[in-house]
Formats: sequence, C-alpha cells, structure tokens
Amino acid sequence: MSREQQAVARARKAFETGRSKPLEYRIHQLQNLQRLFTERQKEISDAINKDLNRSEVGMQMFETLGLEGEIALTIKKVKEWAAPRPVEKNLMTLSDTVYIQPEPLGVVLIIGAWNYPWAVTIQPLIGAIAAGNAAVVKPSEVCIHTAKVMEELLPVYIDKELYPVVCGGVPETQELLRQRFDHIFYTGNSMVGKVIMEAAAKHLTPVTLELGGKSPCYIDKNCDISIACRRIAWGKYTNCGQTCIAPDYVLCEPSIQDRVIEEVKKSIKEFYTDNPKTCTDYGRIINQRHLKRIMALLEDSTVAFGGENDESNCYIAPTVLRDVKPEAKVMQEEIFGPLLPILPVGGLDEAIKFINKGEKPLALYVFSSDDKVINRMRDETSSGGFLANDCLVHFSVSSLPFGGVGNSGMGCYHGKFSFDQLSHLRSCLIKKLKMEGVNNMRYPPHTPKKLGWARFFILKNFDLGWVGRMVLLAVLAVVAAVALQKYLF
Amino acid sequence: TMSSPPSPSPSRWFKALRTRLGEPCFKTCPVECVDLLRRARIAFQAGRTLTEGFRLAQLEAVVRMLEEHECDFVDALGRDLHKPRFETVVFELITVKNEALHAISNLKKWMQPQSVEKNLSTTLDECLVISEPLGVVFIMGNWCSPVQMCLVPLVGAIAANCALISPSEYTVHTAELLYRLVPFYLDNECFHVIQAGVNDLPEIVELKFDHVFFTNREEGSRIAVAAAQTLTPVTLILGGKNPCYVDQHCDIATTVQRITWARFHNAGQSLTAPSYILCHTDVKARLVQALKCCLMQFYGPDPRESRSFGRIINLNIFHRTKDMLWRSGKVVVGGKVTEAEKYIPTVLTEVAESDPIMQQDIFGPVLPILTVNDVEEAIAFINKQEKPLCVYAYSTNTKVISRLMSETSSGSFCSNDCILQSLMVALPFSGVACGMGSLHGRYSFDTFSHRKACLLRGTRFECVTYLRYPPYEDRNLSLMTWACTLSQKSQGWCQIM
Repeated sequence: MSREQQAVARARKAFETGRSKPLEYRIHQLQNLQRLFTERQKEISDAINKDLNRSEVGMQMFETLGLEGEIALTIKKVKEWAAPRPVEKNLMTLSDTVYIQPEPLGVVLIIGAWNYPWAVTIQPLIGAIAAGNAAVVKPSEVCIHTAKVMEELLPVYIDKELYPVVCGGVPETQELLRQRFDHIFYTGNSMVGKVIMEAAAKHLTPVTLELGGKSPCYIDKNCDISIACRRIAWGKYTNCGQTCIAPDYVLCEPSIQDRVIEEVKKSIKEFYTDNPKTCTDYGRIINQRHLKRIMALLEDSTVAFGGENDESNCYIAPTVLRDVKPEAKVMQEEIFGPLLPILPVGGLDEAIKFINKGEKPLALYVFSSDDKVINRMRDETSSGGFLANDCLVHFSVSSLPFGGVGNSGMGCYHGKFSFDQLSHLRSCLIKKLKMEGVNNMRYPPHTPKKLGWARFFILKNFDLGWVGRMVLLAVLAVVAAVALQKYLF
Repeated sequence: TMSSPPSPSPSRWFKALRTRLGEPCFKTCPVECVDLLRRARIAFQAGRTLTEGFRLAQLEAVVRMLEEHECDFVDALGRDLHKPRFETVVFELITVKNEALHAISNLKKWMQPQSVEKNLSTTLDECLVISEPLGVVFIMGNWCSPVQMCLVPLVGAIAANCALISPSEYTVHTAELLYRLVPFYLDNECFHVIQAGVNDLPEIVELKFDHVFFTNREEGSRIAVAAAQTLTPVTLILGGKNPCYVDQHCDIATTVQRITWARFHNAGQSLTAPSYILCHTDVKARLVQALKCCLMQFYGPDPRESRSFGRIINLNIFHRTKDMLWRSGKVVVGGKVTEAEKYIPTVLTEVAESDPIMQQDIFGPVLPILTVNDVEEAIAFINKQEKPLCVYAYSTNTKVISRLMSETSSGSFCSNDCILQSLMVALPFSGVACGMGSLHGRYSFDTFSHRKACLLRGTRFECVTYLRYPPYEDRNLSLMTWACTLSQKSQGWCQIM
C-alpha cells in the first residue's frame, strides 16, 4: 500500500471509531489549532518569508489573523450549526417531528494552494473539523518551506490520524485522487480543477472548487479617483498580484486613464517606496517559471511605468500597462502577477458587454459614487463575488459565502458556509405508529373517494398559523363552555 | 402576466400532429441539441427569464398543464408502467403541483437580496447575498417516477434559468406526452423537451450547460465525468438499497400496512421504497403472516387482476429481476410470472446476506427479509453497505429510533413510515454517496441559482482603511488585532482592511 493509501485508510478507520463526532472533541481540536497560531508565529513567518518574501506583519495580516478569527467564530457557533434544524410541517405531518440533521460526511480531501498557503488550506480544514469529518490535508508543493512546516506542526497540535498531512507533487496527488473520499476541496486553477473533478466523478464524490479567472475592475469617471486607485493598487500588488481575487485588469474611460495611471503610481510609491525591490513589504513571484510566464505577457502591450525585473531574485516591479487591446497577450489568461492592464472603454455599457463576453470571474469590482452604476453592474453581470468601491475585503466577511460560479468554481465557504459545505444535511421524519386512519387513504384498493381525501390533505396549503390559532381558540372556547356547564351547573 | 406562450413553430406542430396520429416521435440527436442549447442561451442572455412576472407565468403554466391534462398523464403512465390512477395523480401530479404552488407563493421572498450580518468594519457598508440565475440547465429524469423527477427540478430551474429537459427514454408514452405538451404551456425559446437515449446523455452534457441534474438508478458516474470536462456543477439523485429495520416493539398491523404500500406501489420501482427488511427474530413469523394478509387486502388474491398493481417498465429489467429471484432465498408469497405483460407478482423471500438479491439493486415488487437478533446487528449490517438513499426504522421505542438515526448515515431518514420524507416540500431530498446536491422547495431554487456575495462600500472613512496599507507597521497590526478581539467578543471577526 502506498503512503497516500495508508494515510487515507487510517483516517477512515479513525473516523469510523466515531471520535470526531462529539462536539467537545471538535471544539478541543479547534482550540488546539488556535494555539498553533499563537505559539508558532515565528516558524510560520520564517517559512512564508522564504517562500514568498512576505514580511512578518504582512503574513499575519493576510494569513493568520483571518484564520484566528474564523476559528474563534466556529468554536462559538458550532453547537448552533450542528443542532437539528426544524422545518415547516404540512397538514399531514402535523403530529410528527420533522427536521434536518447536519451530519459529517466522512473523509474529506483538502488540496491547498501556494499563494496564501495557510489561509486557503486551513480555512476549509476548520470547516471540516467543525462538521465532524476526518480530513487529509495536501499543501501545495510549490511553497516548499511552508509545506514542510505544515507537515511538522499540524500533527503536534491536532489528531494526526484524523487529520494527516500528505506532502508531495503531481504523482502523490494523483495517487491520492485514486482513493475514495466523501468530499474534495480544491483551490487552484481551472485546468487542474477539471482533472480533480473528473477523478472525483468516478467515485461520485462531490467537490468544492475555488478556481480563478480574470477579475475585472471598472472605474467610473464619477468617483474619488485617488482613493479608488489606492485601493486598487493595494488589492493588485499585495502578494505581488498573486491573489485569486486580485483585480486582474481595469476598465475605464479614456478621459481618466492618465489620471488613473498617475494615482496608481503615487500609491505604489507610498506603499513600497521608490525602490520596491529593497522594500520589505513588497513580495516576490513564487518561482522562475511563473516569472517567465508573466514577463511573456508584456510582449504586445505598452508599459506606462514599471516593467523592471530580476530573474535571479524572482522580482517584478509593480507595473501598469496602458491602452491595452482585448486581443493582447496579457488579456488571454489570468495574470496572477504585478501587471495592471488598463483597457479604455466607452462607458458602462461597453464595459458590461466586454465583461459578459468572458468567462464568469471569481470577483468583480466597480468604483463609482453613483448607485445606479453600481446596481447596473451588479445586476447585469455574473461573478462569484461582487464588491463596490474596494478590493479583496469581501473575503473577510464571514457571513458572506465565498466561492465562484461557472469557470471560477463551484461551492462556497467561510463561516457557516464551510460547515454546511462539508456536512450532509440529512432529512429526518419521525412518525408514530398511530393515526393510521389518516394513512388509510393511500392504501390500495384505490377508490375515487380516497383520491379526493388525498388531494385535500396534500394540496391544502392555507396559513396554518392564523387558522390554526382560530381553530384552537374555537376548540378552547367549546371546552371552556362544556367545563363551565359541567362544574357550575 | 403573460396570457399564453406563442404557438410552437410549424415543424413542432407537424411533429405534434404526427404523434397524435400514433406515429412515434423521432429521437433528438445530439446535433439538434446544439441548436436548442444555442437558442436557449440567446433567450437567457436577452434577459427574458429575469422578471418575476415571467417566472410566475411559467410556474402557473406548469400547474395548468398538469390540471388540464390529468387524463392524458394517467393514460400515458398507465401504458408505460400500468400505474394506477391513484398513484399517478398523487405521486406524479400532485407532488409537482405542490412544488409549483410553493414556489409561486415564495418566489418573491427567494428573489430578494438577503442581508447578512456585518462585522465591525463593514457596519457602514451593505453586505448582501443575491440569488442569480445560472444560465441553461439540463434536466434528465428517470423512469420510476417519470413526471415527478422531470418536473420537480424544472420548477426549481424556472427560478430564472432556461432548461433542456430529457425524460427517460424507457417511459415512451410519458416522454412523448411531455414533448407534445410543454411547447403549448412554457416559453418555446427558453424550455425544450428532448428525447435522448441514455447512451447519448454524456455527449449532450459535454455541450456545456450551467448545471446538470440527473436521476436514475445507475449511470451517475458517466454523467458526472462528462460534466467534469466542462466544470459543470452536478446534482445527482441515484438509487441504493434502502434498509428497513423492524423492531420487536412495534404495532405489527400498522407497520406492515405502511411497508407493504411503500414497497409494492408502482410494482416496486421506486428510488425511495424500502429495499429489504431487517427483522427482529421475535417478530419475524408474525411479520410474514401480516404481510401476506396485507397483500391480500391491497391487491386481492391475484394481484394481476388488481387495477392497483403496476408492471415492470421493460423486458430488460423484467428479466434481471426474474433471474435474481430464482437464485435467492425462499419464496414465501408468490405467483406466476408473466413475461408478455411484464408482470411479476408480489414476492417475499427469506434471504441470506450473500444471496444475489442482496448484491444488486432490486427493480421490482420483491421484498427480501433478513433476520437480526438485535439493534446492534442491524446497525452493523447497514453500515457495512454503501450509504443508502433512505434508512427506515419501525419501533415504538424512541431510543431504538434515535440509535438507528445517529449511528447510520443516509440521504434521509424516516421512522415508522416510508417515502413521505422524500415528498415534503420543506425537506431536502438528497443522497450522500449515492448522489450530491438536493431538491425540493427552497433547495431546488438554491441548486439552480448562484448566491453572489455583494459588499457595497463607500469611499469615505479612508482614515480607518489606511491601517491596512503598506508600509506595514507593527503599530497598525496591533491596532487591528485589538479591534479583532473586540469584534470577536461581540460577533464574527473583524478585519479593518
């Protein structure tokens, strides 16, 4: 048996003992996970720094702060989420108990990504633990140091049989995919997403795919351009553009293009000083292969500023491209790097048309002070998430479902959505062996009279609440009258 | 509201006329589907399905279609499955009508943007979840409940999508009826009924839809793999072997009536019927006796003469079921098998776990009974098998019911009755391991929509937002962390980003 097979088999066996089910156990594991982040900040930071050149403060802000919040929320709410959820009854089930019971699925496979390794790998794990599942965690092999730290640290804090960490590259992932899971959670790109979905389909395993796409950003001419550009620059150049929801490209009218370029340049200077290469807060491209890919995208576009790069250091300067055409190379794939193309468009209509021609993106941004513009953009386009007048932050609102649609993915998570995504919501109808009289109408031999009764009981959908109260009142009145009569006279 | 949809095109009229004259309708080939899909997409992109008025009109049209053509449906299902009128009306027509009426009265509420809880930093912003249509969906029904399993998802899809519907090719008359009727009731550009063979379905799925719904007893994997090629989300409701535990403490008479009805309606061809009984040794003899009496009561001494008893859908499945019978257990109640009519009489057998009948799905009015010594044994047996669509338990002891529910896993659970939990509008109908995704009521609507998260901010209060910009300073981080802990004490977590 291969190493991967063994890990999965052990996880399943551990799940079948039932120890991941009790609420106390789930909360205990989550508390341990919380301790990992408070006690081991240094090791986590060092590894991320080696992988992505992210400063310690930057790391905390983008990875661990969010996770700590999510863990705290989950610990607080898991009892409520795991409780049976009553549903409305109909006339036939009035005397029965009807509810939906959330149950764990079993063994979940979580495949992480390299751009925010802790955030995108641990967030689904939190949901998996909260729902009572076992989970096999496969961190991305591209962020070498972080994967190693995960492999070392997670077993120290949380149950190593229920939540094994399996590291490896493509062959190891393929071996994992040959095993049977009860749910597969993948963050990454669409190509690999298809392969994973196909492998899952053979076992009829449901999947959650968090993929990417080109997230458009429309800047209306009626808006505070300097604040807009500052937020866009922050959204774009954080982590050197390697964010699945980074604003991929900007659409604006030609009249404001120069101003936009000016403001973005100003913001970059404010954030990363005149020489971003020496600034500790500016990141690096993950590896040389990606650097070469990104630089190749520049070929047929005009650089407004930036464009410097240092292959040996995996450095690309924050870059803005102007007057980009839809056929340009940089518009054919998700950039995932610090290049910001600006496409001039005639106005909102043209922008909406252009956006709808492409695949549905993971996020869509619009900057405007006019509500009408915002509403039109929201109603006439489709995307995983929609954000007006800012970038990225909808990721941090745990009451909003985070997920894609179409080519940008399927399923969603964060907060309660993680819990529901990794649970099975089982319908339960608890009846008694009494009141058989009502049931008689469905048994053969079938007669028209029985059919009439069936129609009445199933289709009568009146507001039971109001009528029920009236009926109850009437019945009580009768009973009271009878009682009065009996005892007073 | 619309008065009625425009008349079907001349070619559709011609085809409809030919069907009325008794000639069979042509099978829709995949090439034709490309064109239908294109038309549906154009109609969707034109925004036709977005208004509440349009959606309500379509739902009301579905209700009208079922009411006005009740006799046609009863007739078609009678010819396909020898389904008695009662079963057709109650399980095929009324359940769909119920769904449609529920959707009509709740559509406005479902279409509203939902406000969600805000955290400290977004108190001045709007946080909403909006339900958006997906586009064009593909619905493939099954032959056990041909009308129910095509039209219940259609009601969900009408939540602003366009749809291609493919009723099962086995139920020939019902498929043709739907093919004929739908153009007269629903919008002709947005909704199309096709007649595709089960082998062509994966090819059609690969044409790229925005969601695919499939239900049947088998073939689920092929459809899921085809959908994976185009990253299309899938909802599958497949079959399984549904166990039914009968405890020694239960009212045998009532139990038997409910089980018999559930198992033998539609000649046993149902996804949610109990597939086998795990009976406590103490009550086994009484159970078998009671079952015999009940069968007599429902279907008379010769079920073949009864108008309430159905037939197997086709010879292929008939032979499969017949073959399984002769190699399994002991027949306790039986009769003559008639191939010409595809009639299998009601049969009970006493089986062992290794018998062929326990290895495959049972497609007919056959009820195997296994004996167990106690609840533990029953639970262990159930957990050894694949997770079924439903688990049933009959007992007057609530502890037994609780144990069976919490120690097994299945799509749904029902105690002291069968099937009803899969017909309720408020409960999600779904499988686990034998399916993914769910149906009914609000769940149908959500299955065929995308819930888009929307955060609408303003450009004021940049003085607070500045905390997140580089150059990153420890001071700012401390401030944010402190704000987070504040927010954690009250609600959610905070990110002043």
